[in-house]
Amino acid sequence: MASESRSWIKARNTDLAVMLPYRLRHHAGITTTQWLASLPAWTGLVLALPLLLWPLYSHAAGNFTTVDAFAALVKWIPFLFKSGFLFNILISMFAMLFGTLAGAALGLGQISKLALLRRACWFITQLFRNSPWLVILFIVLLALPFEIVIFGYIISIPDWMKAVFGLSLPIMANISEIVRGAVLSVPTAQWEAAESLAFNRRQTLWRIILPQCFKRMIPPWMNWYAILTMATPLCSLLGVEEIITLSRQAMESENNHPELLVPFYSFALVLFFFYCYPIARVTIALERKYAVKL
Amino acid sequence: MSAWTEKEPIVSIRDVHKSFGELEVLKGVSLDVMKGEVICIIGPSGSGKSTLIRCINALNDIQGGTITVRGISLTDPDLDTLALRRRVGMVFQQYNLFPHKTALENIMMAPLLVLKEDKDEVEARARELVKKVRLEGKEDSYPGELSGGQQQRVAIARSLAMNPDVMLFDEVTAALDPETVKEVLVTIKDLAQEGMTCILVTHEMGFAREVADHIYFTDNGVIVEHGPPKSFFNKAKDPRTKEFLSQIL
Repeated sequence: MASESRSWIKARNTDLAVMLPYRLRHHAGITTTQWLASLPAWTGLVLALPLLLWPLYSHAAGNFTTVDAFAALVKWIPFLFKSGFLFNILISMFAMLFGTLAGAALGLGQISKLALLRRACWFITQLFRNSPWLVILFIVLLALPFEIVIFGYIISIPDWMKAVFGLSLPIMANISEIVRGAVLSVPTAQWEAAESLAFNRRQTLWRIILPQCFKRMIPPWMNWYAILTMATPLCSLLGVEEIITLSRQAMESENNHPELLVPFYSFALVLFFFYCYPIARVTIALERKYAVKL
Repeated sequence: MSAWTEKEPIVSIRDVHKSFGELEVLKGVSLDVMKGEVICIIGPSGSGKSTLIRCINALNDIQGGTITVRGISLTDPDLDTLALRRRVGMVFQQYNLFPHKTALENIMMAPLLVLKEDKDEVEARARELVKKVRLEGKEDSYPGELSGGQQQRVAIARSLAMNPDVMLFDEVTAALDPETVKEVLVTIKDLAQEGMTCILVTHEMGFAREVADHIYFTDNGVIVEHGPPKSFFNKAKDPRTKEFLSQIL
């Protein structure tokens, strides 16, 4: 792919650095998305294999067979999907929304001309980028009150909202770096050209710089969405009712037979794979597209 | 801001010093440019010519001396940099067009956003400018689809769209193929003949001889020698100028 894009540039005879294949510095290694997208689509079937084969492998002994376990799963599937997995998606979308908004602001803060603001934004970014997500989640869960009182009204904060908040923090920090990296990837000559035409800083940023790097931010942004979605089961540790929490409860109500473990967790795995895999493929396709096209 | 009259230099540079950290790039440069004059600054690489020209529209700040443009002092702490840059157009070696905008949009952007002029008027003027730089038919092309020479002419039109009083050209043909150099030089020559004040940093000696009213030779951060083209090219006195000219001509 690299040689392909280079030949394109040669053909178009460009010396604009912005037209060179683009890569964010901290994405130099293989990303989760790149790895996921590199898998063939039948990986999903392989993951589903335990689900499909398990019932065939039945134990003669014992009064609870794997056939029973599979039947139990089938019974629970609508509930696990509707009340569990869709809720994971909901959490991931809200966390992405807030994380993106806050991250964009933080990223722009990182390139502010005010040294104090710039340093503060840099510190917040580094703090949340480099902390384990689970630790952040626990701190948020324990630090936030379960209800707040505004003008005498008691507003309770459900755990899933805390989870959304907790997950949006590392997303915010990583989006912040994406924004900063993308802005810095635009050559300074573009700033100078705009300045010499009497654009002020805000006009330069919003009309010249950001439009040039907006498309380049989409693939890493989607990469973080996929990572975030796969991280939502962490919320089960906070007692949020998402798919893993509900799977455990379902297994409990089926008397905790060990035969239940593989079907139930495989089901969750397959759901996540089929949700994240297309995202990864689209991300990689976009990455390729924007690497050579403006 | 003192009132400026056409009898005074439109650009006045007095004993300008400029350092990048330890390195002193300009060591006391003075020159005057009258309205409608075309001056060329020549000299070896690293002699500070590009730095000097970038100081004139405040892309670089200066550490000593004064620069005034139309009576606006660049060392004034209350300097309105944006007001200055509306008066001074600049064209770069690497064109620096906005790659996400078409040729016409590149030309229209600054008058629309900075001068807040009427869109129809700006567009009419932009189309005139496209004609002037001989790029009819390329209005809707993106910079990536244009050759270097075509991009550079769009860049010239983009600066002209602001109706500047002074145009700065920073080695604008240095990145071009020899065949396309000419089309850019013709455009600049047209401008000069229309009475635009032009300050050029250039390596095109033939062009300098033909178009310039005055030539400055810089070396090592100072102006070594200057004069009208005839005397400059034929009767250079300083050994450094002679050596430079003998290498180039």
